[in-house]
Amino acid sequence: MTGAALYAADHVAEGMLYGVLVGAPVPAGRVRGIDADDALAVPGVTYVLTHAEMPKLGVPPVPPASSARVPMLDDEIHYEGEPIAVVLAQSLEAAEYAASLVRPDIESAPFAAHPSGERAGAVIPRESGYLFDAPDAERGDVEGAVAGAQARHTGTYVSPSRHHNPMETSATLAEWRDDTLTLVDATQWSYGVRVVMCALFDLAPEQVRVRSPHTGGAFGCKGTVWPHQIIAAVAARVSGRPVRIALSRAQMYSIIPYQPQMVQTVTLAAADSGRLAAIEHESVNVTSVDDDFVEYATQASRTTYAAPAIRVSQRVQRANINLGTAMRAPVEGAGLWALGSAMNELAAQLRIDPIDLRLANYADVHPFTGQPWSSKKLRECYEQGARAFGWRRRPNEPERDGPWVVGQGMADCAMGTYRFASSAHVRLLADGRAVVQSGTQDIGTGIVTIMTQVACDVLGLKPDQVRCEIGDTELPEAGPTFGSSSTMGVGAAVMNAAKDVLAKLRERSGQELREAPGADALAVAMRAVGAQELVGAGSFTPQDSEYALHTFGAIFVEVGFDPDLGILRLRRAVGRYSVGRIVNPRTARAQIVGGIVWGWGKATMEASRHEERLGRWLSKNLAGVALPVNADIPSDIDVGFIDEVDEHAGPIGGKGIGEIAATGVDAAVADAVFHATGRRIRELPITPDKLV
Amino acid sequence: MIPLTYARATTLDEALDAAHDPGTAVLAGGTELLNWLRLGITDADRVVDISRVPGLDRIEPLPGGGLRIGTLVRLNDVAAHPSVARDWPVLRMAIHKSASAQLRNLATIGANLLQKTRCAYFRSEEPVPCNRRVPGSGCAAREGHDDRHALFGWTDDCIATQPSDPAVALAALDAHVVTRTATGGRRIAVTEFHVLPADGVDRDTVLEPGELVEAIELDAPAPCSAYVKVRERESYEYAIVSAAVALRLRDDGVIDSARIALGSVAMRPWRLAEAERRVVGLAPDDDAVTSAIEAALAQARPVAGSAYKLAIARGAARRALMTAAGVRP
Amino acid sequence: MSDLKFTDRIDLRLRINDIDTHLEAIDARTSLLDLLREHVGLTGAKKGCNHGECGACTVLLDGRRVNGCLVLAAAVDGREVVTVEGLSDGEQLHPVQRAFIDCDAFQCGFCTPGQVISAVACIAEGHTTDEHEIREWMSGNICRCSSYPQIVEAVQAAAASENERIPS
Repeated sequence: MTGAALYAADHVAEGMLYGVLVGAPVPAGRVRGIDADDALAVPGVTYVLTHAEMPKLGVPPVPPASSARVPMLDDEIHYEGEPIAVVLAQSLEAAEYAASLVRPDIESAPFAAHPSGERAGAVIPRESGYLFDAPDAERGDVEGAVAGAQARHTGTYVSPSRHHNPMETSATLAEWRDDTLTLVDATQWSYGVRVVMCALFDLAPEQVRVRSPHTGGAFGCKGTVWPHQIIAAVAARVSGRPVRIALSRAQMYSIIPYQPQMVQTVTLAAADSGRLAAIEHESVNVTSVDDDFVEYATQASRTTYAAPAIRVSQRVQRANINLGTAMRAPVEGAGLWALGSAMNELAAQLRIDPIDLRLANYADVHPFTGQPWSSKKLRECYEQGARAFGWRRRPNEPERDGPWVVGQGMADCAMGTYRFASSAHVRLLADGRAVVQSGTQDIGTGIVTIMTQVACDVLGLKPDQVRCEIGDTELPEAGPTFGSSSTMGVGAAVMNAAKDVLAKLRERSGQELREAPGADALAVAMRAVGAQELVGAGSFTPQDSEYALHTFGAIFVEVGFDPDLGILRLRRAVGRYSVGRIVNPRTARAQIVGGIVWGWGKATMEASRHEERLGRWLSKNLAGVALPVNADIPSDIDVGFIDEVDEHAGPIGGKGIGEIAATGVDAAVADAVFHATGRRIRELPITPDKLV
Repeated sequence: MIPLTYARATTLDEALDAAHDPGTAVLAGGTELLNWLRLGITDADRVVDISRVPGLDRIEPLPGGGLRIGTLVRLNDVAAHPSVARDWPVLRMAIHKSASAQLRNLATIGANLLQKTRCAYFRSEEPVPCNRRVPGSGCAAREGHDDRHALFGWTDDCIATQPSDPAVALAALDAHVVTRTATGGRRIAVTEFHVLPADGVDRDTVLEPGELVEAIELDAPAPCSAYVKVRERESYEYAIVSAAVALRLRDDGVIDSARIALGSVAMRPWRLAEAERRVVGLAPDDDAVTSAIEAALAQARPVAGSAYKLAIARGAARRALMTAAGVRP
Repeated sequence: MSDLKFTDRIDLRLRINDIDTHLEAIDARTSLLDLLREHVGLTGAKKGCNHGECGACTVLLDGRRVNGCLVLAAAVDGREVVTVEGLSDGEQLHPVQRAFIDCDAFQCGFCTPGQVISAVACIAEGHTTDEHEIREWMSGNICRCSSYPQIVEAVQAAAASENERIPS
C-alpha cells in the first residue's frame, strides 16, 4: 500500500550479484560446450556457471522438489528454455547483456512435441511423487449400465495448457554464511524449500533459513521448488557472494510450470428420469519427459454425483517441455469442466433443468467410497443461488439487449479439502498485547487477517493489539499455502496456541481469567506472573477421518454474446457455497470473487500456446495471452455462503475457500454460450474464432 | 539489452542529423523502442532522444478546418483535444482503445504509426524463423499459429498485420503524414505510409533513413465517424479486427460518401474501396450495407487460421458504420 | 555524422517524491523502473513484465501515470517522479491508500502500488464518472488475484472523499 511490503526481488544483500539464467535454445539435445568468453568480458560480470562447474548435489524428494532432475547437473537438454548456465554480475544491465552473449554449442536431437488437443501417445503414469492415487479406479458395472441405459451422452472436452501468471515473477536471493544458507524466496512453501536445500547440500534443517515475507501471487506455480531456486543457492555458494535471481516473464513460461493441457472424455448413462446409471471419465494430461505430473481431473467423477457405477482413468502424454503443476482449482476444478459440461448437455438432451438433473443425482454420501460427508449443504446452494439469480425464470429462448444475445448457465463447484500439519506460537506481552507467529506465508489469501482474528477471538484482543510474524522458517513450522488449506491448518494452530498461552497465564498467575479476557485483564495477569512475555504453543495435525471432507457450491452466470463481432462478455454472476464456517467475510468474498474471475479467464481467454514444430512456448509474455482486466468484470457479482460449521474439518469449523469459486465457472459459461447461441463449445477458451 | 549510448537532441536538425545513421534509434515515447531493444528487434546501439525537441508537441488548426498534430503529441493529449473530440471522433475512439491510460501518456501520435507487428513469432524472446527479424530465415507463422494474421496483402514471406489503432482511424480520415529530412520533407497519405510484404519485408513504412515524422495532418472534419475494435478482452489488448468509418450523410440520412478502413487484417490499414462505392445512396441500417461490405471482403485471401476474421471484419465494419451514422445496433 | 555527444553513462537530476535526487554515471540502458528499484532503493514500483503489459510499475512522471519499465532513465533528467512511497504524508495515508484498505482492494499486494498510483491519476484526470469509466481507465493494471470490483469501489470512495489530495 505504501510500498513498504518487501517481496523477494525487493531484497538486497551486501555484495549481492545479479544472476540471469541462460536457457537452452532447443527442446532436446546436448550441450557440447559453452563459450562464455564474450560474456565474461562484459564489465561487471564476475562468473558464468555452467554444468561443467556444478558441484555434486544430493537428490531432493519430489515434492517439495518439482523434479527429480536437478538442474544443470548434466549436459542434456530436455526442454526449450531449460537453464544451461547462469551469469553473475554486479549490475542487472551487465548480467542481462552478458547472458545474451553466452554461446552454447548445441547438438540438437529429435523431440516429442506438446500434443494439440488429442489423446495420441497417452500412457499410464509411472510411479513417482506425483502419483497420489491409482490411475485407474472402478466401482460397479459401468459397461452393463452404459449398455442398458435409456439415455447416453459422451463428450470430449479440452482445456489448454495455461500458465499461472502471478503478477510477481519468481525470485530468490540466496546467501551463504559459513555453512548456513539463507534464502529470501517467493514461495508457497518455505519449509518445502528448506527440505530441498537440506537434501541438495547435505545440511541440517537449522543450517537453512527460508524467508518469504510476501509472495506476490502464486496460484500453484510457487508451490514446489523450481530450477532457479536451486541455481541461486548453488551460484551463491560457488561465487561466495549473495546472488539474486528474478525470473523474466518469459522465463515464467519456459522454466516455471503451468496447468497442463487436458483432454477429457466423459460418458454419462442415465434413465429418462435423469437418474445416472454410470459415469465414465478418462483424462490425459501433458507432462514432461522427466516426471509424470498427473492432474487428477477424473476425481470430479468420483465425488460429485451419486452414480452406482463409476470408472475413471488417468493418462499422461510426455513431451519435451517444462513440467506442469497444480493451478488454482486443480483436480475437481479441472475435471468439472468436463463433467459439468456433460451434465448440462445431458440435461438439455433429457429436457430437464440442470439443477433438477443435479438434484436427481444428489450425492448424500461420497459416491465412490460411501463415506459420509463431514458436512454438505449443496441443496441450499442450488436453492439460494437459483433464487438470487432468477434461474427458474430462465427463458427458453435467449433474450436480446441491443447487440447482445443474453445467455444463462449454471454448474456445480466442488473441491476436495486439503489439510496440512501446522504450528504456531502466541507470545503474550506484558501490556496484554500479543505476537502471533507461524512460518506460513502470505500469497494474498489473507492468512494474516485470519491469524489475527483467531487470536483476537480467543484472547479478547482488538486487531491492532495483535501483531503477526510469518514467512520465516525460524518461526514455528507450518504447511504449504496451497490446496486452500491455511485457515484449517494455521488457523487451528493459532487457536490452540492462544488457548495454550491463556491456560499458562491462568496457571502461573493464579487468576481466574474469563474467556476472551481482553488486553487489560491479560496485562493484570501478566503483572501477577511478573514476566515480560509468556509463550503459548499450538499445533494442528490432520487426523484420518471416517468422513469425506469436501466443499461444494453452485455458480450461475449470465453472458452477453455479440453475434456480429463474436465477442463474449460477463454480465453478472451468482455463487453460493457450502464451505464450513466463514472466519472473515471480507477476505472470503475477495477469494470467491477472485475465483470467479479466474474461472472467467479460463473459460473465455487463457491459453498458453505451444509451438509444436519449434518445441517452445509462443508468446512468453502478458500481451500474447489475455488475462481478465478490470473492464471485463462487472460489479454485479453476488456471492454468499451457506451458514455452516464443519467440526470434522478442524477446530475452526471452516474449510478451504481459495479455490472452489474458480471451479465450475467454465462449464457454466459454456452452458450460457449454448443458451445464447445453440452451440456447444467443448474446447477452452471460448474465444471469438470459435463463436463466429 | 546491448550497451547503448544516449544523446538528447535539442533541435529538429540535430535529431535529423543523428537519425541518418542506421545504428541510431529515435526515442520519442519509448513504449515500442525499449521493448525492441530488449528483444533484439533493433540492433541500434545509439539512442537519440527527440522527446524534448521544441515545436513538435503542438496541435494547430489548418486552413479549411483541418488539424495539424505534432508528432510528439502524446496519444491521450490528441484524444483529449476539443477539436479532435468534436470533429474526428473516430480518432479519439481509436486512441482510447489503443492501449492503457499509462501507455497512452507515453506513446506519441507520430511514432504510433511506426509500431511493428504483434506477430508472436516476430516478437519472440528468442530467434525463430521470421523474415522481418532475420532476413531470409523464413516465416514460422505461415505453417504455424496464424489465427491473428492477415486477410489481405500477405505473401509467403510474411503474413503479419499492422497493429496500430490510430493508423486505421487516420486511414479512414485520409490523413497525411508530414515528414522532414535534412534536405526537405514530404506529405504521405496514411493509406500509402505502410509497406506491404509484396514490396519487401525489410521495412515497415516508406520512411527513408534520416526521415522523421514531423506531424499528422487531418483535413476536413468528419464528425460522423466511429471506431470499433474487436478483441477477446474488453480493454488493454490488441485487436483481432478493427474498423474505422467516416461518413458524410445527406439531410435525409442517406450515405453521401463513406470511407471504411479495417485494422489488423494486413500490414497496413485496409480500405474497403468497393464497399465505399456501393454504400453511397443507402441508409446506414439498410441490409444492403452488409452486402456491400461482403462484396469488398470477397477479395480477401485469408491464411488458414485467419478465415474466422472475415465474419468479424464484416460485423465490425457494419457496426462502425452504424455507430458513425448514430444508429443504435 | 551528428555533433551530438552520445554517452553510455549519464548523470541525472530528478525530483523523486519531493526530494531532489542526484544520480551519477547511470547506465544509458537503465529504465526508470530499474533506476528506482536498484539505484534509489524505492522498490514500491514492481517489475511484473518489463514490457508495459501489466501496469505494476506505474509511477507518476510530471504528474501523469506512466509505465516505469518503458521510460529510459536518461530521458527523464530534470523531471519529477512520484512513486507509491511518496503518496502518504508521514503516517497519514493518502486517501486512495486509505480507500484501498477500507475496500479490501488487494490480495497479494504485488500489483497494488501500481494500482494505487493509477487510481490517484485516474481520479485526478476525472475519469470517475461511473463504474464503467473507472473500470476502463483502471484496465492498465492487471490484478491476477482479481480484486477488480473492490478496486473500483476504492476508486469511487476515494474520488468521493472530500479530503482528496492530488499531488501536482
